[in-house]
Amino acid sequence: MVKVGIVSYGAYVPRYRITPEEIGKVWGVDGKGMGRGLYILEKSVPHPDEDVATIATEAARNMLARTSVPADRIGALYVGSESHPYAVKPTATIVATAIGASPRMTAADLEFACKAGTAGIQVSMGLVGSGMAEYAVAIGADTSQGAPGDALEYSASAGGAAYLIGKKDLIAVINKTVSYTTDTPDFWRREGQPYPTHAGRFTGEPAYFRHINAAAKMMMEDVGTQPSDYQYAVFHQPNGKFPTRVAAGLGFTEEQVQTGLLTPRIGNTYSGAVPIGLAAVLDVAKPDDRIFVVAYGSGAGSDAFDITVTDGILEYDRDAAPTVSKLIEDPVYLDYASYAKFKGKIVMQE
Amino acid sequence: MREVAVIGVGMTKFGELWDSSFRDIGLKAGMLAIEDAGLSGDEIDGMFIGNMASGRFIDQHHIGALIADYSGMASNHVPATRVEAGGASGGMAFRQGVMAVASGMHDMVIVGGAEKMTDVDDPSSNAIIDSTADQQWESSMGATMASLHAMIAKRCIHEGMATREEIAAVSVNSHANAVDNPNAQFRRATKIESVIRSSAVAEPLGMFDCAPISDGAAAVVLCPLEDAKKHTDKPVKVAAVSQASDTLALFQRNSILSFAATRVAAERAYARAGISAKDVSVAEVHDNYTISGILAAQDLGLFKKGEAGKAFLEGVTLTGGKMPINTSGGLKAQGHPIGATGVAQIVELTHQMRGTADKRQIAKPRYGLAQNVGGTGSAVTVSILEAI
Amino acid sequence: MASVAREWREIPGRYNTVGTKCGACGKIYFPARSLCPKCRRASVGKMERYDISEEGEVYTFSVVHDAPDANMRMKPYAVGMVKTTDGVLLTGQIVDIDPHRIEIGMPVRTVLRKIYEDGESGVIHYGFKFVPKW
Ligand SMILES: [Zn+2]
Repeated sequence: MVKVGIVSYGAYVPRYRITPEEIGKVWGVDGKGMGRGLYILEKSVPHPDEDVATIATEAARNMLARTSVPADRIGALYVGSESHPYAVKPTATIVATAIGASPRMTAADLEFACKAGTAGIQVSMGLVGSGMAEYAVAIGADTSQGAPGDALEYSASAGGAAYLIGKKDLIAVINKTVSYTTDTPDFWRREGQPYPTHAGRFTGEPAYFRHINAAAKMMMEDVGTQPSDYQYAVFHQPNGKFPTRVAAGLGFTEEQVQTGLLTPRIGNTYSGAVPIGLAAVLDVAKPDDRIFVVAYGSGAGSDAFDITVTDGILEYDRDAAPTVSKLIEDPVYLDYASYAKFKGKIVMQE
Repeated sequence: MREVAVIGVGMTKFGELWDSSFRDIGLKAGMLAIEDAGLSGDEIDGMFIGNMASGRFIDQHHIGALIADYSGMASNHVPATRVEAGGASGGMAFRQGVMAVASGMHDMVIVGGAEKMTDVDDPSSNAIIDSTADQQWESSMGATMASLHAMIAKRCIHEGMATREEIAAVSVNSHANAVDNPNAQFRRATKIESVIRSSAVAEPLGMFDCAPISDGAAAVVLCPLEDAKKHTDKPVKVAAVSQASDTLALFQRNSILSFAATRVAAERAYARAGISAKDVSVAEVHDNYTISGILAAQDLGLFKKGEAGKAFLEGVTLTGGKMPINTSGGLKAQGHPIGATGVAQIVELTHQMRGTADKRQIAKPRYGLAQNVGGTGSAVTVSILEAI
Repeated sequence: MASVAREWREIPGRYNTVGTKCGACGKIYFPARSLCPKCRRASVGKMERYDISEEGEVYTFSVVHDAPDANMRMKPYAVGMVKTTDGVLLTGQIVDIDPHRIEIGMPVRTVLRKIYEDGESGVIHYGFKFVPKW
């Protein structure tokens, strides 16, 4: 099979933050302790004028700023999210138009809880690998909602990252991708409901851990690798604790996981989580670095990727857009009242 | 062209006129003007009505027919034309009326201006006012009318053209003058500190920098100057009516520190009247926001660039001052029922020119100038009345 | 419900500050115009698409407290005029900064944001706003 991989990437995280302590104060919960338990120090909050379309656009514009590939050669664009602004009406067309990729192209929205972004990468790989598109863009972005007072409120955040998938001038080759998919309802949001519902502890062992472990093992078996062959590993990160635990169980070290672990500082960006984690790794990666990636989406499935950084990264204009650490370096902290106002949690008169 | 004279004026009180409908106020101002001109009403052969947004304020378009009907003019089938130019609707209606008489098309014209703003809530009325800016590229982008003027003020302060205190002084001037105007919405004086400390609307401008939301109507009767003495002992000559346009959006101008349309309209008016700015005895300027008063005083040539603020601050512009501005109380204190404003300016100047301004009367009136602005200087009328 | 078509046809300007350049005199306009006000007839057929620079500096601004309903959740918010590196003035909101820390001359760049929503069930309108430069 022809080599398909990453030509460029870009990330975006909103500027605002709230701490678990601040949220806990409102609900009579030891937020600080809760944050420590989940290993979430703070989470990002979108400005009232931000949504998945604007976050995805920022990420895609950052992606394009780093490459000379003209936007009109993008043949496909997918936005993966569980918080698309519309139930019916694609986010992808907004993004495609905002980055100048429209109209000779195909575009669609994807949804697979937290792994819709990596699903987009897989779809893009297929289109590019088969020659149906010269370049394809996969974006994972979310402005996820946690119901007031719910455990999710301490983690659900906003952010996204975009990947330009192609065959030429690759900065990283995607050697292989495999997925593990079952019907496991650990987390869902019914049509018309504002907040998602989760099955509590059921989201752990039978859901997150089982799927990630299965996909990770499948991948390493298929390509004949072991954890020590990788410089970096990025796992889905609904909180800071799960990815650390799943990594350790599989035999990865803390050092391998650390670079791509953003949740402690920005919260769970859902479809954006693994894409942003991978972006943080690519921000510092060197030629021949090998990256192990496993996303997880509730419902449920895991997408695993085996990635090798190429010499192309040396020529690549990483500085043309902000790195993930630059994106999150100057946050503005909100109190709960402002956060509730920002997120539209206060019922206002029509 | 014939010379034209104002032979009668009338206006309602400006303010929150809860008991009065649009029809009530329009009719009242017209009746007062006709009475003031000593006419029966049958002499009227043309009507022009300045009105900005009745379609949105009271859901009523076709204002010409409505006013003609309720004032009894429809029974004589008098042609009635509604004129709209944002905040300059009244001034422009006046200009249309003058042109109609000057041209010989009409011999006795009534020009009215009316707006009923309080029948909608404040957010709605602000949205309507904002629609006189560029709806697509200013208002929709979050720029309110107040904020556009605030941006002018901010830049003026930045460039040293006026201080915050000087800008506030425009409001103090209008309020001080309005004390003696029984028709004014606010008949009380205010202080610089009160203006600066008033609740923020669009920084640096506060509540007391902005003209209020008002109901009101005003009307004037025009006829050829040669016929004027048949109706009144004190006709006032219309020495000039001019009008100029500029871009709809403020950001498309070469400069936002001056309204080019005011400068050009003033030049044209002075030329027509055969006078210069220093001949102006009293001026009514469009102080919908305090900063507008500074710009107007400079663009009209009443003060040099950078010196208007000081003049307002030092009281030169008070009714008893050397260059009285807004003896009526202006838009800020007399009130600003948008379509009526430009006509009310003519009402005030007519009183000044014929010496019937009561406690507000200035000494030795010769020329009175009115400046009426639509949007952020996108349309400006300048009218000059002459005492004869 | 407000007009969908009226907003839809302005998308190039709203999303990407697409303006026009007069082929006769070279002046750049935003929003796009089909006629150069200076050259008038001489510009007919010569108005070319021009992508206005995404970077500029604050020329003037105001912090809006008395806000339209669309911006209730962002009060007070800043609106400014920004002079782009092409020398074109644009009007838009300045976000992601404490409005009271904005200064004239501050470098900014354009981003895509929601401009307003047509109620709970209507179309969401997007357009450019300004944020501090990276
Ligand atoms: Zn030209």
